[in-house]
Amino acid sequence: MSDITAPVTPARARSPWRSRLSRWDQKGSPYAFVSPFFILFGIFGAFPLLYTFWVSLHSWPLLGEHTFTGLDNYQKLLQDPQFWNAAKNTLGLFLVSTVPQYVLALWLAVTLNRKIMARTLFRVGVVIPNITSVAAVTLIFSMIFAKGFGLANWIIGWFGLEAVDWTAHTWSSWLAISMMVDWRWTGYNALIFLAAMQAISSELYEAAAIDGATRTRQFWSITLPMLRPTLLFTTITSIIGGVQLFTEPLLFAPGAGAIQGGTLRQFQTLTMYLIENGFTRFEFGYAGAVAWMIFLLVLIISLINILLVRRISGAD
Amino acid sequence: MTTVIADPEPEAPRKPLRTKVVESNNQLFRASPLNYLVLVLTFFLSVFPLYWMLVMASRTNDEIVQIPPKLIPGSHLGEHVGALFDNPDVMFAKALLNSFIVAGSITLFVVIFSALAGFAFAKLRFRGSNVLIGLVVLTMMVPVQLGAVPLYMMMDWFGIQGTLPTVILPYLASGFGVFLMRQYASQAVPDELIEAARVDGATTIRIFWSVVLPALRPAAAILGLFTFMTYWNDFLWPYVALSPEHPTVQVALSRLSSGYYTDQSLVMAGTFMATLPLLVVIVLFGRQLISGIMDGAVKA
Repeated sequence: MSDITAPVTPARARSPWRSRLSRWDQKGSPYAFVSPFFILFGIFGAFPLLYTFWVSLHSWPLLGEHTFTGLDNYQKLLQDPQFWNAAKNTLGLFLVSTVPQYVLALWLAVTLNRKIMARTLFRVGVVIPNITSVAAVTLIFSMIFAKGFGLANWIIGWFGLEAVDWTAHTWSSWLAISMMVDWRWTGYNALIFLAAMQAISSELYEAAAIDGATRTRQFWSITLPMLRPTLLFTTITSIIGGVQLFTEPLLFAPGAGAIQGGTLRQFQTLTMYLIENGFTRFEFGYAGAVAWMIFLLVLIISLINILLVRRISGAD
Repeated sequence: MTTVIADPEPEAPRKPLRTKVVESNNQLFRASPLNYLVLVLTFFLSVFPLYWMLVMASRTNDEIVQIPPKLIPGSHLGEHVGALFDNPDVMFAKALLNSFIVAGSITLFVVIFSALAGFAFAKLRFRGSNVLIGLVVLTMMVPVQLGAVPLYMMMDWFGIQGTLPTVILPYLASGFGVFLMRQYASQAVPDELIEAARVDGATTIRIFWSVVLPALRPAAAILGLFTFMTYWNDFLWPYVALSPEHPTVQVALSRLSSGYYTDQSLVMAGTFMATLPLLVVIVLFGRQLISGIMDGAVKA
C-alpha cells in the first residue's frame, strides 16, 4: 500500500481536504466493493441455512402456531423409513452414476490428450450435453426409456430381451437416471481432467520412457497421481451436486405423485424428500431437519473423501 | 519435449537412447484409429439425444409411439411449435420471456458484483482480505437449495412471493464468480496502470470503471456465459417458488409433461424451443466455453 499512496503525497501538500478524501477512498473502497457479495450471500445464503436449523427445532406447519420442540424432528427423522429410503437412493444413485462416469471421463480425457484432427469439434461435442438443460435432458431420456415405444426397449429387443418398465424397478430406474446424469457430466469432467493432464510436465513422461515404462504404466504411475488434486476437487463438486439430485428423478416419472419418486419411492432422493415435506406436506420444521441432515451428509462424505485421498497419497 | 526434438546434432549414432525417447513420446500423443472410434462414438452419443428430440418434436403422437420407431425427423415441427405457443395453459411465450429476464438480470448483477469484489481481492490491500477470500471459497461449498424453506418464508415477508424477483435475488452472490474474477484480475490488470490512474487523481471506483473493467472483459464474458446458461437451466427453486402465472421455461416444460393427458410431441417441441437458445450459444461461443472450463479447472 505504501507504494500506492506514495505518489499522492505531493497532492496532500496542496490540498489536505482532497488527500483526506483520497485516504478514505483507499481505505473504504475495498470494503465497499466486496460488500455486495457478502451482504447478498448473508441474506440469501447464510441466513436461510441457519434459519433452517431454527425452524427445524419447531413443529412448524404452513398455517397455524409453531411450537418449539427441540430435537424431536431429528429423533423422528432417524426412525423415518422414508428418510432412510431416500438416503439409500441418493447414495446409491451417486455411486452408480459417479464411478462409471469417472472411468469414462478419464478414458475420454486420455484420448482427447492425443494429437487429433478436428480437436475443437470433438471438444465442443463432449460439452454439448452439459449446456443442455436438466429438465430437457430428462424429458428426452424419459421418452427414450418409455415402456411401450421407447428407443431403449426397441434396442434391447434386438438382443431378444423383454421390454423393461424402466420406472417400475429400483435397478432399472437407477440405471436410467444414472445415464441421464452421466450423459450430462462425463464430457465436462473429461475436459477438467484434460486440462489437468496438460499441466503435467512432459519431462516426467520422458524420464519414465527412458526407464522403460509402458504407456499404461505411465498412466498409473504419473498421470493418475498428478491428477489427485483435480480428482479431489471434482469429487467434492460431484458430492455436492449428487446429494442435491432432484430434477432427473422428479421428471423421470412426471405427474401427480412425481415428488415421491416412483410408486414405491424407488428413486426418491433426499432433496425430493426435503421438497415433499416442505412444499407438499408443508411441514417446514420437519423439512428443515431433512435439510440439515443433508448438509451433515455432504460434510461427512467430503471429509471421508479428503481422508481417503490423503491416505492414498501417503501410500506411495 | 521440444528441447529433445530441437536437437539435430550431427553425432546421432552416439544417442540411440534419445531417438527412442522422441519416438515413444510421439506415440504417446498420436491418436490411433481406436482413439478416433472412441471420439466419434462419444460425439454421436453426445448429440444423439438432441437429434432424437428433434425427431420426436417433428413427428405426430401417433408416429412417436410406432414400433419400430421412425429414425428421421418428420414434417410437423412448425405445427407443434405453433400449437405450443397457442396453448394458453402453458404460457410458453411468457415463460421464454421470463427466462430471459431472470437469467439476464442474474448475469448482469453477478458479473458486476463479482468484478468489483474480484478486483478488490486481487489489487487492493485491506485488513481481513485473506479471511474474507477464504469465506468466499467456503460459500462455494454450501448447497444453497437446502435453504429452500426459509427462502420461501422470506419471500413472503418481502411480499414478493411467486414473482420473478424470488428467483433472481438468491443468486446474485456468486462465490465462483468472485473467485474467477480475482484470479483473472491478479494477472490481467498491471499494478502500474492502477498507480498511474491514482496519480492522476482518479478515485477507486473511477479506476474500476475505466481501467479495471475493460481489462476484465474476457473473464466477464466467460462468467456471463456460464451464469446465463446456469440460470436459464435452473429448475428446483423456480419450480418451488414461482406461482403458476409466472413460469420460467423449465417450469413450463415440467408442467407440460405432467398433465393427466400428456401430448408428447408438444413436450418435445417445448424442449426443442427451450434448448435452442443454448445451442445458439454453443455454436457462437463453443471455443470460449471450452477454454473457460479448462482454464477454470487449472486455476481452481
